[in-house]
Amino acid sequence: MAKSKNGENVTFTPSGTAIRNNGKVERSTELPGTTNKKHKTLGFSEEDLLDIFREMYLQRRFEERAMQMYQKGKFGGFLHLFMGQEAISTGTVRALNDDDDIITAYRDHGWGLVRGVSPKEGMAELYGKVTGCSKGKGGSMHFANVKEHFWGGYGIVGGHIPLGGGIAFANKYKQNGRVTACFLGDGAVDQGAFHETLNMAQNWKLPCIFAIENNGYAMGTAVHRHSVGELVDRADGYGMKSAVVNGMDMFTVYDKMKEVAEDVRKNSEPWLLEIRTYRYRGHSMSDPMKYRSKEELETYQKMDPIERMKNYLLDEDIADQEKIDSIQDEVEEEVMEAIDFAEESEFPDKEHLYKDVFVEDDYPFHR
Amino acid sequence: MAELQFREAIRAAIDEEMAQDEDIFVMGEEVAEYDGAYKVTEGLLDKYGPKRMIDTPIAELGFAGIGVGAAMNGLRPIVEFMTFNFAVLAADQIINHASKIRYMTGGQIKIPIVFRGPNASAGQLSATHSVSYDAMYAHFPGLKVIYTSEPADAKGLLKSAIRDDNPVLFMESEQMYGLKGEVPDEDDFTIPIGKAKVKREGSDVTVVAHGKMYHVATQAANKLKEDGVEVEIIDPRTVKPLDMETIIKSIKKTNRCVIVDEAHPFGGLAAEVGYLIQREAFDYLDAPVQRVTLPDTSAPFAKNLFEEWFPSPKEVIDAVNSVTYRK
Ligand SMILES: Cc1ncc(C[n+]2csc(CCOP(=O)(O)OP(=O)(O)O)c2C)c(N)n1
Ligand SMILES: [Mg+2]
Repeated sequence: MAKSKNGENVTFTPSGTAIRNNGKVERSTELPGTTNKKHKTLGFSEEDLLDIFREMYLQRRFEERAMQMYQKGKFGGFLHLFMGQEAISTGTVRALNDDDDIITAYRDHGWGLVRGVSPKEGMAELYGKVTGCSKGKGGSMHFANVKEHFWGGYGIVGGHIPLGGGIAFANKYKQNGRVTACFLGDGAVDQGAFHETLNMAQNWKLPCIFAIENNGYAMGTAVHRHSVGELVDRADGYGMKSAVVNGMDMFTVYDKMKEVAEDVRKNSEPWLLEIRTYRYRGHSMSDPMKYRSKEELETYQKMDPIERMKNYLLDEDIADQEKIDSIQDEVEEEVMEAIDFAEESEFPDKEHLYKDVFVEDDYPFHR
Repeated sequence: MAELQFREAIRAAIDEEMAQDEDIFVMGEEVAEYDGAYKVTEGLLDKYGPKRMIDTPIAELGFAGIGVGAAMNGLRPIVEFMTFNFAVLAADQIINHASKIRYMTGGQIKIPIVFRGPNASAGQLSATHSVSYDAMYAHFPGLKVIYTSEPADAKGLLKSAIRDDNPVLFMESEQMYGLKGEVPDEDDFTIPIGKAKVKREGSDVTVVAHGKMYHVATQAANKLKEDGVEVEIIDPRTVKPLDMETIIKSIKKTNRCVIVDEAHPFGGLAAEVGYLIQREAFDYLDAPVQRVTLPDTSAPFAKNLFEEWFPSPKEVIDAVNSVTYRK
């Protein structure tokens, strides 16, 4: 950098959020194309598609209602909403085997719902009730259903990436043929833990898919402001197989995930995927969102993955509007029942404070 | 005197220091274009520009270390952690590097850096976002640690921290940022590092409490006053160096002590102060020193459990009753 007297042209972090770039949609979240394959080619029956639509809508409606309850003051803590990213969770679970492992960060409601956390258990967890999937100990950020190989949501950015590698390590060690899918945000790519893990994963040939959900922002910082170049290119330095995926289309996510999971299973080698998507809501519940433009948000909302699935169902005559409405009504009812369940459930007993710190029940706690 | 919010007091300290020393810069997550995750640094990007207000990636180890290196080479960084819970990732740079480099190089290097941000819990954010780290850092030689409870202390001590030629950890709280308090508007108001303050005078019992716990102790003291118990509250403000003189002086008057600390009980500030009291004022004690701390378990999410977990005025009152043999 040239020397300057007043230092005016000395800068470090690139600028260009809405504040300084009129909220222009940046290249880092430019979407690659979608698959042209129809459901039959992908191996989905019409029945499957209705289930898929139902599941996607459930994730959306669960969060919309959760948000309302949060705003009414029914529960506290963080609430990081997944809305806009549902194609990724939905496509992934269908591409993986049921005993393949999934781990993610704190934006985890959708992941729980597609991996066996019932709406009731999920809502109760948000409310901090003992009937929640994590017994009310974790809240929004720590949904988990380990029985169904969903290892949970984690709140330290990047902290769970080595854990994903470790789960894959154990699977390779035991030669059980299971694939691990470790999801992380674009922001987590900047953490050392990501790079350390990728290096070992490649060198040790761990059966793991590291999948970046690039939703354009880490909190209020656009991707190109926090990270150099294209995120997917991180794979090159480690000689890792990689791809960029359109994350707004469930078929596309499914198609690529299926191919990648098969490759990982066959060759026991990791992959890095950059799945481009968008988060509709603020980072958490208190985010004025000044760092992005309304137009940008609308651009993505026009590609909404759930609307897209709905239109596919209608266009292909798989469902008529009446059918769609009835699925949506059922989901709505299920979510409202979940809210009632959460409200009527008990808080954990005081003894839970000292439960599950250690495996044993008689640990002598320090006083 | 001006009434300022805690965040405004911190901002004023940073602003005033930046205005008079070009080598001071701020870096951290969301500090510049977002105006700070908790609006502490609001407006400073406009005033000082992107050279001195730097948004970092989520890379605590890296940016803390870049801060240390820049400090070694003549700058005076203020490194903001979104919370000290995330500074755990930077612990290698703080503990293995910032605290030891001067010593290892025989005094050739100085490291004038401030690491600042909120400490401890902020409501139901569950286990990984709720830990109090002041005593942990105080364990290590070569680090100064400050955790203040009121806007005036925050401003005066942060200015001193920024001027200090050593690594200083300056801790705040998300839950106190909106708290208002009188802050002297004298031109160059500073408070020396390492001085406790008697914040409430009383003759019956000494309560030592800093950070958020100062406010819990104050609530307890107000209640106890109704019962005719006069509590003397001492806010250490600086955890390290720790001003034991002020604490011992008070205990020689009240002969009783309760320490309130938002940390787990093992090896925390309460443990250290308790030990020092028995060493320095054993003959003056009319009752064993009591402490109110977090339990030996991580923060739960559930509201009822969190409230049970968090030190309450009632626990302080019980402890005071115990050292005064009132119950
Ligand atoms: C180590 C660490 N640093 C900072 C934070 C605060 N924080 C929580 S989420 C977040 C942004 C993460 O963005 P990204 O990885 O893109 O995930 P997204 O929120 O977009 O899903 C930050 C800075 C944290 N939780 N952990
Ligand atoms: Mg993101």
